[in-house]
Amino acid sequence: MPYIRLVNVTKRFGQVTAVNELNLEIEKGECFSMLGPSGCGKTTTLRMLAGFEDLSDGEIHVGGRLFSSPRQNFYLPPEKRDFGMVFQAFAVWPHLSVYENVAFPLRIRKLPKAEIERRATDALRSTNLLGAAAGSPENLSGGGKQRVALARALAINPDVMLLDEPLSSLDPHLREEMRFEIKELQRKYGFAIVYVTHDQAEAMALSDRIMVMRQGEMQQIDSPLNVYNNPANRFVFSFIGLSNFLRVSRTDGHAGLGTGSLPTELAPPEGLPPHSGLTLASRPSEIDFLAQGGLRGKVSRKSFLGEIVDYHLRLEDGQSLRVQKNRRLPGPEEGESCGLLLRRPFWYTDEN
Amino acid sequence: MNNTARKGGVGAAQIILGLSIAILVIVVAVPVLLIFVNAFWVDGALNVKDVIRIIREKDTYQALVNSLIIAAGTTTGSTIVGTFFAWLVTRTDLPYKRFMKAMFLVPFMLPSFIGALAWKMLLSPRAGFINRFWMGTLGFEEPLFNIYSYAGIVLVEIMYLFPFVFIQVCGALERMDPTLEESARISGAGLFTITRKITIPLALPSILSGALLIMLYSMAHFGTVAVLGIENGIFNIPTLIYQRIHQSAGSFASIRTGTVLASILVMAAALIIWLQGKALSRGRYQIIAGKSFRPMELKLRALRLPLLILCLVYIAFTIVLPTVVIFLVGGLKTYGLPFTWENLSLDNYKFILFDYQVTRDAIWNSLSLGLGAALITMFAGVMISYVIVKMKVRGKGVLEFLGMLPFSVPGSVIALGVILAWSGRYGPNLYNTVWIILVAYIARYMAFSLKANSAALEQVHDSLVEAARACGASMWQALKDIVLPLVRPGMLAAFFLIFLPSLRELTVSIMLYSPTTRTIGVAIYTLNEDGETVRSAALAGIALFLIITGQTLINRFAKGRSA
Repeated sequence: MPYIRLVNVTKRFGQVTAVNELNLEIEKGECFSMLGPSGCGKTTTLRMLAGFEDLSDGEIHVGGRLFSSPRQNFYLPPEKRDFGMVFQAFAVWPHLSVYENVAFPLRIRKLPKAEIERRATDALRSTNLLGAAAGSPENLSGGGKQRVALARALAINPDVMLLDEPLSSLDPHLREEMRFEIKELQRKYGFAIVYVTHDQAEAMALSDRIMVMRQGEMQQIDSPLNVYNNPANRFVFSFIGLSNFLRVSRTDGHAGLGTGSLPTELAPPEGLPPHSGLTLASRPSEIDFLAQGGLRGKVSRKSFLGEIVDYHLRLEDGQSLRVQKNRRLPGPEEGESCGLLLRRPFWYTDEN
Repeated sequence: MNNTARKGGVGAAQIILGLSIAILVIVVAVPVLLIFVNAFWVDGALNVKDVIRIIREKDTYQALVNSLIIAAGTTTGSTIVGTFFAWLVTRTDLPYKRFMKAMFLVPFMLPSFIGALAWKMLLSPRAGFINRFWMGTLGFEEPLFNIYSYAGIVLVEIMYLFPFVFIQVCGALERMDPTLEESARISGAGLFTITRKITIPLALPSILSGALLIMLYSMAHFGTVAVLGIENGIFNIPTLIYQRIHQSAGSFASIRTGTVLASILVMAAALIIWLQGKALSRGRYQIIAGKSFRPMELKLRALRLPLLILCLVYIAFTIVLPTVVIFLVGGLKTYGLPFTWENLSLDNYKFILFDYQVTRDAIWNSLSLGLGAALITMFAGVMISYVIVKMKVRGKGVLEFLGMLPFSVPGSVIALGVILAWSGRYGPNLYNTVWIILVAYIARYMAFSLKANSAALEQVHDSLVEAARACGASMWQALKDIVLPLVRPGMLAAFFLIFLPSLRELTVSIMLYSPTTRTIGVAIYTLNEDGETVRSAALAGIALFLIITGQTLINRFAKGRSA
């Protein structure tokens, strides 16, 4: 039995459908990420789960209880859901001390004094904030403030932690560090994480499963590895990692690039609808250079990026292709022609 | 390039700095200084004993206490009313919130002494329309409410001053990051708890700063107390200063009393401004950030309709009713007649605009004084702000200090200081001319100009000028072609911030007018004092018309620019 269940969840703002018939199940203790470009509906989904937005249709169940259902005219307000939540903009209360920020949810629940102190101290210790507890959060750095927000969310020891782009206000170095701290806290406290981000690296590093969304529609739910290696469609392919797309023409059932034909190893798979347009997709890191044969191209730009070398190639029909190789591997120079071997090509028709 | 290797802007910078300092010294610093000197310095020696004796005189002491009572009452009342309405229009599902917000800001443009006049017509114990109806038609023995009282003065001041708190708190609540409240909600707090423990504490610096602004204004406020208090002998500091100077035609003793009272006002004002700075600096919470989902609205449910009615009644009573009364009384043939069609006409308005010398002069004086003061103060303000905000010259600190002065000097103090400075003792005698009013207006409104212009200048990043210099422009060219066009909106704002209020100015001009140099405000006030109630009301109506039309035009213009 999954812990969180979203059934046909739909949200409309006026004419715009922000989330469309989303079905989702999240296990206890799982780390689940919602990934997508801005406006894809991921934040709206999280806010519906938190209770800040009501649903237009569908149902949300958590831990076997009904949380939201417009059909039954039922809606549990956010303050009754017992979630922990961390926001992008920290949302730490500047008029309260760090300790009082963390103790706030415990005081609201009217716990005994000793219990409040024990839990708040525990949450502060877990986030390395004990030293700053008496001070104002205003004096903390961005990372420090976000730790206060985390500690505050931890204090009630929730089963579910909602994280709304919690790291995107931090600088890149700190972001990586905080990722591991969040993961560490999850191991210690055992809560499930529902994580909203537009940063794919963050989602990859943290999650057990990722959902990719686009314009309110779910595109794929899978493990990070599968989302990267077996993208469900062209959008997921382009959103995760670097990508090349080549437009493939079809004359009399034969696939080709421009007027030239494709090398034999790049024959489109059987069973594709014969008349739709075709796109060949591949990752820049999964292309090898060949001395002879393969797809022919000419290096139009070669840039040294440190560990890797980045090549821009122009194919014979004018389309361009990007290749990235480790700096220790040999490669052609600018202006030289070469052959290309696409190791793991993906084929997409215009429908997907 | 013809301007190779110029000597740099050092000479020019010094000249500008010197000029800026000179303007502020002559216009503001000397008058204020003269007040202190006259208060504490007698026959070439420091004399504190006399000052204490003057303060302990019954009338002066009572005026001080009255100023405090009225200011305390007004501040408390306005803060409660302003905060409540601000919360209502920003955090609840009250219907017609945008309209309400616009209406609650209307009192900003209505001159409070005209409001006081209207309330006098409505609630003076024997002649007020409401009281007459109460006693005559309904048959009660006692009047419903006597407006000639502390309560009356405080209530009228609250009506016209609460927007200072309202607008500050609205701003704070609208800018506040909604996730601050949402995180309290997800922590388990209900909306009432959130309002009490999160929203109000976070808005507290804004509430305090608005409250202090009202306190400053109310302590030094002339109009309402002059219209409503004198009948029952309620004087505050500014009205007592006026009364003393006016009655004794400038005798030494009365000037002495005036300067002592004015010194107290200046010190109190400085204290309030200092406190306000503290409140605001403590309030520089970083509460603006993040994605802006709209904050949750409290569902008023059963209270929705009663609160809507409350707001509408409040607006009807404090804004619509007084305004209508002014226009209607202005149309009456004689004060005291009932409002019937036979008794109403436009004759008073026609008479005042075209035939009556006193009011024609007054309108002309106010328009030309407003225009002159606005133009001069606008340009001086740009220059001074430029030095303070942008230039790196030695001696700038002096100017920064002087630039703070106009903010803390109340109108009646300026008037008294200007009398001391320009009555011929230290050079030209401008007393009884229109020029002394002009000088006083410049001093009074310099603060507005400095504020608007420095805000505009702070938006102009130094790199814009540097880029122009890098492209080969001289300092003057960069100023002319880059800085000036960018601060033009600030200058325009300064102009109107001065021009419109000066059309209804009373506090300063009442101390400085002569028979031929009445302003609109003075004419309304003196006509009313002389019992010419209908003419006074008609002129007030014309003033309201001018102000409201002007403000509407500016709002249109400002909207058109930003859209």
